[in-house]
Formats: sequence, C-alpha cells, structure tokens
Amino acid sequence: MASVEVSWSFEQQDAGRIETLLRAFLRDSQARSVLLVDRTGHLITTVGEPTRFDPTAFATLAAADFSANDQLASMIGETEFSSLFHQGERESMFLADVARRVIFVALFDNRATLGMVRLKAKSVVRELGHIFEALFRRSVAAGSPRLEIGFAAEVADEIDRLFGEA
Amino acid sequence: MSMINYASREINCKIVYYGPGLGGKTTNLEYVYEKVTPTTRGKLISLATETERTLFFDFLPVDLGSIRGFNTRFHLYTVPGQVYYNASRKLILKGVDGVVFVADSQVERLDANVESMHNLYDNLAEYGLNLRKLPFVIQYNKRDLPNICSVRELEENLNPDGVPHFEAVGSRGVGVFDTLKAVSKLVIKFLS
Repeated sequence: MASVEVSWSFEQQDAGRIETLLRAFLRDSQARSVLLVDRTGHLITTVGEPTRFDPTAFATLAAADFSANDQLASMIGETEFSSLFHQGERESMFLADVARRVIFVALFDNRATLGMVRLKAKSVVRELGHIFEALFRRSVAAGSPRLEIGFAAEVADEIDRLFGEA
Repeated sequence: MSMINYASREINCKIVYYGPGLGGKTTNLEYVYEKVTPTTRGKLISLATETERTLFFDFLPVDLGSIRGFNTRFHLYTVPGQVYYNASRKLILKGVDGVVFVADSQVERLDANVESMHNLYDNLAEYGLNLRKLPFVIQYNKRDLPNICSVRELEENLNPDGVPHFEAVGSRGVGVFDTLKAVSKLVIKFLS
C-alpha cells in the first residue's frame, strides 16, 4: 500500500533556487524550455521560451503519460522507467522523474541533441531531487498547508457565482 | 492532495468523477464546459476510443479567478467506467481532493453501481485513502428514464454514510452544477 501523501506547498525560496538550476540547464543543453509537473498533474513551474500550448493541459497529459509508463515498467519487472523520450520531426521532449513526486520535462528542437539534454539533465535532476525531498520533509513536518480563515467563505461565494446555473 | 503554490500564487484542486460505464460522467464535464464562461475554463481534453468511450480520462480545468491573491483552480477529471480499465482508473485517483460518484439510476445498472463503488473504495485504499474521510458526493443520474430505482433504494445500496446526494439528468444539465458546487465547496472546506 502506498503511503498517504499530504498536500504540500511551494514557497518563493524554493522557486528561486529551482529557477536558477533550470536556467543553467537550458543554457548548457540548448533546450528551449523546461516544465516541472507534480505527479498528480499540476504544473509547478515553467522556465525558458514561452510555450505555445496550454501548459495546464500539457501538465495533465505529461503526468498521465509518466504514470502509464510506470505501470508498464512494473509489468515487465522494472521498478520504474526513470526517464522517457518522445521524438518528433522538429520538437522533442525528455521526461525524468524527480524524487518520485515530480516530473522534469525538457522541450528541445534540432538545435539541441538528445545526448546533451540527457547528460545535462542528469545532474539537474539530482539537484532538484535534493530540493524537493527537503521540501516534502518540511511539508510532512508542518502537516498539510491550511488556507487562511475566511478564504473558504470567499471561495464558496465565487463557486455560487460561477456555477450558478448558466 | 492539493497543491498550494506560493511562488505563482495558485491553488489547484483535483476532483474526480467516478462511476460505472455509460453512467454520464463525461456528459457532466461536457455540460460544465458548455455552460461556464469561456474565460474561466481551459480546454476539455478527452482521451477516448473511436466510439467515444473514455479510454483514459477526460480533463477540464475551471478557474475561479483570484481570491485573496490566489488564483484558485479546480481540475475536473473523469475515469473510464468500464470494468477492464481499472489500471487507468487507479492512476487518475492519484492526488484526488474530492470525488463525485455518478450512479446510473436504471434498475438494470444497480449491480454495476455497487461494483463500481466497491472498486472506488479499493482503489483509494491503495493510495492509503479512505472515502469516508474525503470530500465526497453522489449523483443519481438519468432520473428522466422510465425504468429507474427509487432514490431510497439507491441510497440504501450506495450511500450508507449519508453523504450529500443529487438527482440529475446529465444530458439536460439538471443537477450537474448542484453536484459540482457541493463537491467543490467540500474540497475548499476540507483545505481550510
């Protein structure tokens, strides 16, 4: 049985360290952009050239892709596929696991090579792993993040307004 | 497992529509997609077979806008209802914050409803989750059809804990927003 995963929060200080790492990766690998996606399908952050697609939908599909491949891995007797590569005619993507909770997605075109992306991703993924493991430990210690008092009432009003039968 | 992103000032919550095949889960999402203002919703993604049966999931993000400086968003998912797609169903439940069980009210689907409810409990247990401790509502769909169970009969079979329930005719949108409002409020209350 899997352990219960508590909700977690992503702070400004985490964002700063991660962005620095990802910018260095983009510079060294010549990849166009990187997205970090929570395994449940939520987009955490994106760095690099602005994407031309809907990043929310992309994050959901990337998480589903990675999860499905995890199951395929276990069917053939592997614990996981720690990275995936999808090759297109002009655009390609490389996905790698970070600390079993996050997916690193690098998008690159013909200016970059898979070998270089994979090589440079290796160290950045390891560094990200340390950061996220510390972040999750902090979340577990602090318990699930709570929203401030009064927030729920305001959201409920907004829900009534938005979902009040159109 | 919602995510509060203080860096980008976002709160994302995941709501999953569960239930037996052809019960109306996708229809619920399609109705929401049609009726909410285009600026508040993202693209409706359906990973379906050629005959439009859900293969992996449907996905619709709905944006509540900025509340106290946080952009609050609900991610609505459906699972494939057909029994043999259990591996896909289990994956979609990962990180769920709230569940809507869409039951098919037709008499001949009662057993399928019960089986799907058991399957929901089992799949959540694999993530260490207990449905009794999650925001959860039930929708009794297809109330316009002739050969349907009474609500009392459905309650006895599917809702021993008395969670909020709603009668619906998904194809005409009846009860769709009542269901969504109830589960989304429960999710936010749970987070608070």
